[in-house]
Amino acid sequence: MIPEPYAPILYALVYILVAPLLGGLIAGIDRKVTARMQGRVGPPILQPFYDVGKLFEKENPLVTASQNFYVLSYVVFMVVAGALFFSGGDMLLVIFAFTLSHIFIVLGAYASYSPYSHVGAERELLQIIAYEPMIILTAVGMYMVTKSFFVSTIIASSVPIILYLPGVFIGYLIVLTIKLRKSPFDISTSHHAHQEIVKGVTTDFAGPNFAKIEIAHWYEYVFLLGVIWLFFAWNPLIAVAAIIVAYFLEILIDNTISRVKWQLMLRTAWIIAGALGIVNLGVLYYLGMVVVP
Amino acid sequence: MTYLQKSPWIVHYNASSCNGCDIEILAALTPVFDVERFGIVNTGNPKHADILLCTGSVNEQNKVPLKNVYDQIPEPKVVIAIGICASSGGIFRECYNVSGGIDKIIPVDVWVPGCAARPESIIDGVVTALGILEQKRAKMLEQGSSDSTKAGETV
Repeated sequence: MIPEPYAPILYALVYILVAPLLGGLIAGIDRKVTARMQGRVGPPILQPFYDVGKLFEKENPLVTASQNFYVLSYVVFMVVAGALFFSGGDMLLVIFAFTLSHIFIVLGAYASYSPYSHVGAERELLQIIAYEPMIILTAVGMYMVTKSFFVSTIIASSVPIILYLPGVFIGYLIVLTIKLRKSPFDISTSHHAHQEIVKGVTTDFAGPNFAKIEIAHWYEYVFLLGVIWLFFAWNPLIAVAAIIVAYFLEILIDNTISRVKWQLMLRTAWIIAGALGIVNLGVLYYLGMVVVP
Repeated sequence: MTYLQKSPWIVHYNASSCNGCDIEILAALTPVFDVERFGIVNTGNPKHADILLCTGSVNEQNKVPLKNVYDQIPEPKVVIAIGICASSGGIFRECYNVSGGIDKIIPVDVWVPGCAARPESIIDGVVTALGILEQKRAKMLEQGSSDSTKAGETV
């Protein structure tokens, strides 16, 4: 077996190496399922890898040289957030790194001179405002149930967390739609053929830089789905099933609901998801159903 | 490498077309033809595109935007003139404000005939363009890798 002190480092390394492959595969399956839902054949499962390979073959036309720095920081902090998460680190630190990486993509979009890029950056900020409270509520909920912010403790807990946090879970699924850039909340940029104000936050990133953003998305997919795992950590089989069902639901919602204005996104994420989360935590607190592992 | 051929992203510019060819381009994206199965995605952003699909006889009003869209596409890139208007000006060739074909403004690699061009011939044009795209990529590498890797620093 692996010696105890090295296990977190090993998990982090496995995440750094495997997550892009897994994330790209998820993106490919996503596109295939989406195409089937629309009555099309759809691209090959490996299409996202071809796309990124292609983007690296293109030239890198920069608007400003600082774009390189912002994009690289976006990728690095996304990897750090995921690596911290999968090595069993502190959830609050994970959320901090996760938010920081998105701030870098917003700064990158603001660094260019295009009004389309600026509108995309503003919308990305609105998305961050919308999902951030719910993500923190998720961490707080896990803390209330397991008395720890550490992923390693949460995952080792034999308590079925989902039974204590159903409201938080539904709220998390709602903000997951924002995070996966799925309709109706794909207001800053979209993966689909239809566009949002040219290409929103990614308008002025081309070639290799755009490829790096895609790779960061893959890391993000794996991290976000990993959070779903935490809710079902007591039984890995159910956890995998829950992740598949949750992702399928996201694709279904993506294909059946049209995009909404940002006001409705903010209301949905704060009032509906936030209320579900806070009421859930309130009930837990009131009943004193706080379990020590 | 062949990634370019597996993932050609297009951007569509309408240079005063009658919309006949544009409808046919969109038809190629619908479930009947579904070009996404070849990895072809219709981006709305020239900076993400590899192939410029251009329709219509260019006139004085839209030749500058056309040039802008072309310039913003990162190398290697390919231009396809869709329909007779884009190829030569078509029946509008003699008009006082018509430039007479996309190739008067930007270099064109593939000409797709027809009024309106049929989706099958548009897809055929894109497939032809893929070969040219690969040649351009090879040429780009030949001229020195500095073009692709250090292009940003010269901007």
